[in-house]
Amino acid sequence: MTDIKTPVDNGVNTDALLGAREALTGAPDAAEFTWTAHCSWVDGTFSQTTVDGFSGLGQEHHHRTAYSFDADHPECFASEDRGATPPEILLAALASCLTAGVASVAQHREIQLRSVVATVEGKMNVLGILGADPDIRNGFSDITVRFDIDADASADDVEALVAQSQKRSAVYDIVTNPTRVAVEVG
Amino acid sequence: MSVTHVPTVIIGAGHAGLAMSRRLTERSIQHVVLERGEVANSWRTERWDSLRLLTPNWQCQLPGMGYSGDDPDGFMTMPDVADFITDYAATISAPVYTGTTVTRVSARDRGYLVETDRGHWTCDIVVIASGGSNIANVPGTAAGVPAAIAQVTTTAYRSPNDLDDRAVLVVGASATGVQLADEVSRSGRPVTISVGEHVRMPRSYRGRDVFWWMHQTGILDEGLDDVDDLVRARHLPSPQLIGTPEHRSIDLNTLTDRGVEVVGRLGLISDGVARFSGSLANVCKLADLKMTRMLERFDEWAKAVDIADLGPPTRFDATRVPPAARLDIDLVENDIGTIIWATGFRPDYSWLDVPVLDHKGRIRHDGGVTDAPGLYVTGLNVLRRRRSSYINGAERDSEELSALVERHLHLHTTTPVSHPSLDTRQRLHQASDR
Repeated sequence: MTDIKTPVDNGVNTDALLGAREALTGAPDAAEFTWTAHCSWVDGTFSQTTVDGFSGLGQEHHHRTAYSFDADHPECFASEDRGATPPEILLAALASCLTAGVASVAQHREIQLRSVVATVEGKMNVLGILGADPDIRNGFSDITVRFDIDADASADDVEALVAQSQKRSAVYDIVTNPTRVAVEVG
Repeated sequence: MSVTHVPTVIIGAGHAGLAMSRRLTERSIQHVVLERGEVANSWRTERWDSLRLLTPNWQCQLPGMGYSGDDPDGFMTMPDVADFITDYAATISAPVYTGTTVTRVSARDRGYLVETDRGHWTCDIVVIASGGSNIANVPGTAAGVPAAIAQVTTTAYRSPNDLDDRAVLVVGASATGVQLADEVSRSGRPVTISVGEHVRMPRSYRGRDVFWWMHQTGILDEGLDDVDDLVRARHLPSPQLIGTPEHRSIDLNTLTDRGVEVVGRLGLISDGVARFSGSLANVCKLADLKMTRMLERFDEWAKAVDIADLGPPTRFDATRVPPAARLDIDLVENDIGTIIWATGFRPDYSWLDVPVLDHKGRIRHDGGVTDAPGLYVTGLNVLRRRRSSYINGAERDSEELSALVERHLHLHTTTPVSHPSLDTRQRLHQASDR
């Protein structure tokens, strides 16, 4: 044992994040971001979505490179399974958002993480999307996220980490709260 | 209209404004206290009938006067509070002009012009003590509530007798929200409570009131640098507590036991359907974890000081989150007759014509000191310390702010600060002559 404590490093620059919070509190307009995705139909249920540009901090930005997501339906739905189903992409978004939150909150609370694995399950009765039962919703009836976290912290502290990451998560908020969605034809 | 000069104008004769008045008198700084209604106006006119203070009587300590009744562990009713503050105003001979509504405060010649419906004042210093709870917040989605459903804010609500017999949706789970859900449920009406982020606290712990613990352990005296997240601390809902002669606790579990339905935070109301967040389990978890952390802190402190008659450390049951909490409720189909908006308050600074407000209409300040020289604010949540949120917070806040006022007068004005104050009765007499 040694008295020298290795600095906690989860690879998150919390000083920069806290600095941004401070700066943006004084300039609320700059805090307005718009995220954009472009989706093109290929054929069948297969589509490709690209994200590249977004705006915020009063200017336009680009990702270092454009990222794309292939979406399709599986073979048991008579499709060719050339990509993830859109609901799976949503589960991926939820898990990755919460995981980023766990890392950030852990950094801020000086908790060293060794591994973080999230398993997300979404329950869905497809009679809803098939239009076979009007009492069943299209979307998930329940979503379960299970975190397995190995960290230098007590079980209570880990629970608090995960709870706080939900509180600060964009996708968790999007999934748990109603959002107005306008779909237009241009 | 007449224009009078006075070094300092205090706006608001509640506990915070009067404590400030007392401090200025101690420092022989001439001032007036302008009050739109009577002394302790909000406590008299904007509270429901059954409400009692969350803090025990022994904590009702203002500079120059404390609680002197025979029930130090009890909780004052609103008439008690109004009487207490009115007695205080008389005890300290506060130069209060009642029935005097401030209509505008603007900068003028290195000082301020305070315009009222009963004459104007020029002054070097303005202390805003008009409170943080002037206007009840109602979310924009209230516009989607069907016309057949009554809506009431907590400043207008008085008792369940004013409601029709149908079910009630209480939105918000602060002290106010849980108290009203409890009270309306006891009246026999079905109640649903919509719960976002909240603060859970037992009324008493190990045989002592939770405020005794927070006082003894120094939590209430944590200053702005000690508080981890000041934005959060200033906007936290009030803790789920109720002041009753029985000293009972109130939380989501006690409400569930009464048959109150618990649902998530209200998202929006459209087509007569209220939609609630799926985050209920997490906000309950956060509240449970935070409560437990506070109890651990109490226990640690108790171990170090060795107080003989404390009960043993205990932990409370986790909040029982309904596994299938409803996500949407058709308000008409579910026979909801009233929605009570317990969704917080905001201050009214519509009369303040000095550029010190942020984009949300709140005063930017550092411990009550604004960017505008000579303009101070007091009586807000966590103004200078956690205790600032409670009546007793005015004791030290006013001491420190009055020192800053005195310093400002010394440095920036020619106003003599060691000046015998005028006879208060004479001033009140002048006020009534206007």
